[in-house]
Amino acid sequence: MAVGLTLIFGVMRVVNFAHGDMMVWGMYLAWLLATRAGVDPYVGFVACAAVLFVLGVVIQRVLVDRIVDAPHEMQILLMLGVALVLENAALVAFGPDPQRVRSPLRAATIWIGPIFVDVARLVTFALAMALTLALYLFLTRTDLGRTMRAAADNAYGALVIGTDVRRVYAVAFGIGAACVGAAGALVSPILPFQPAGGLSLSVASFNIVIIGGMGSLPGAFLGGLLVSVAESMGAVFLSPSMKELVSFSLLILILLFRPAGLFGRSAT
Amino acid sequence: MRWVAAAALIVLLLLPAVLNSYAVTVFIFIFFYAFLGQAWNIVGGYAGQLSAGHAAFVGIGAYASALLSVQAGLTPWIGMLVGGVLSAALGTVVGYLGFRFGLRGFYFVLLTVAFAEVCRIVALNTDAVGGALGYYITFTGNPRQFQFQDNRAYYYIALGLMLAATAVVAAIERRRFGAYLIAIREDESACEALGVDTFRYKMLAMVVSSFLTGVGGTFYAFYLFSLQPNAVFGIPLSVEIVIRPIVGGAGTVLGPILGSFILSPLAEASRVYFGQGGWSGAHLIAYGLLLIAVVLFLPQGAYPALRRLWAKAAPLR
Repeated sequence: MAVGLTLIFGVMRVVNFAHGDMMVWGMYLAWLLATRAGVDPYVGFVACAAVLFVLGVVIQRVLVDRIVDAPHEMQILLMLGVALVLENAALVAFGPDPQRVRSPLRAATIWIGPIFVDVARLVTFALAMALTLALYLFLTRTDLGRTMRAAADNAYGALVIGTDVRRVYAVAFGIGAACVGAAGALVSPILPFQPAGGLSLSVASFNIVIIGGMGSLPGAFLGGLLVSVAESMGAVFLSPSMKELVSFSLLILILLFRPAGLFGRSAT
Repeated sequence: MRWVAAAALIVLLLLPAVLNSYAVTVFIFIFFYAFLGQAWNIVGGYAGQLSAGHAAFVGIGAYASALLSVQAGLTPWIGMLVGGVLSAALGTVVGYLGFRFGLRGFYFVLLTVAFAEVCRIVALNTDAVGGALGYYITFTGNPRQFQFQDNRAYYYIALGLMLAATAVVAAIERRRFGAYLIAIREDESACEALGVDTFRYKMLAMVVSSFLTGVGGTFYAFYLFSLQPNAVFGIPLSVEIVIRPIVGGAGTVLGPILGSFILSPLAEASRVYFGQGGWSGAHLIAYGLLLIAVVLFLPQGAYPALRRLWAKAAPLR
């Protein structure tokens, strides 16, 4: 999901506070598909991604487009508004109780050498890797992907050479949202979720993105690894409820000493 | 304008005589959130440093005075100041780090959120302050312990807090300090180039703001009598603090008050009408929509817009 955020931020320099809430919606969509239509989340994630792509494009076209040039604060507030609406719409629609999607893969476990792994986690991990790789290839190898990176580097320059920057923005926001939706659907069999989780998911993904470096795709990926390793170490050495403390402290340190992140190119 | 303000003040002073207890409660929340919004306004509105972690200051102030009162018997009337000073100390740390390392915009927002979250997690995991169960104050009804049988006492205290913070903001605005803050918000680099010590003034704004917010924490603790880390340090409280000045008009003296008079009743009404049957999130949906609408259509908030309308309606007066 950090990959989605870094795409949105990288291309448009718009901060998306609604990120975690979009992910929660992805989870609930997967849950709806699984309970109402009997679709396994590992298949249904494609549909979730599609729905969130549309949602992302709509949010971009209707809301963000109007204020892309406004001060950063305004964008933060706007996305905070979107986040509040999404989160509480989920609360109204699905209730406050944590949910979990049952996938037949969840029960299955296999031994890889001496390690005991459950298949659901393995499939989630593999699909997430595949998605990241696909996104990376899309950004570096296709025309549209290259245009996006161009618009990210220099929106004015891209405009001069005839790029429809607004359309690129909309697609980037859509793809970012779609990544989040897919990620949400993919982790829905593993993690229990509830509407109130959105904001903390957003913060967690900011964490990953900042630590990895804003706008850098491999950075986001490595940041994700780093944060989860640091959190598990914190859980082992301190106590499980303190693990968030580790990632927030890490965030503060990185913000102060390396604000562009470990792999980012330039600050602010 | 002066007459309007005086009339409004007299009405507010007399209101508890005619209101029922529930309406008094609604007004207490209007005043209290206007007070917190006003405190935020100094650093967020005037200086333009968007702090999204002001709940941390409420929490520090609340826990400090509650602990001092219950454990050491110190009256919260003094504990209030201790809480304010401790909050100001945290504000100094956050401000120093944020401003010294030159974090602007989104990075500063993240820093403040991260500090508030660290406070929340520490409070959740410290058993001495009640941990995840929260900290409770036994009600004795003793005014010296900031406890009152009569709701109206809280009404006047909250009103007093709001007026005091408004007076502070008005005084800041009139002085050179206020002009510096606005200049920093509008163009920090230009301001620096003209020789203004922007770091110093941003720090000062942060300290004043966090001190006031910490004082508010005492009111929170001794009005609600229970402190939950997730509620008192949480992001939702920070949102409540930020949204009122934004809607009312950040960087204006009356904006936070106007915003609170718009939003607090709105929140209360939607809680009453939609509170049942799983609609508990309705008032936050309304907040979200309002926030989006304000950003898109009234980026300066309601107060400046009202002023323009007023000026149009009575051009020569």
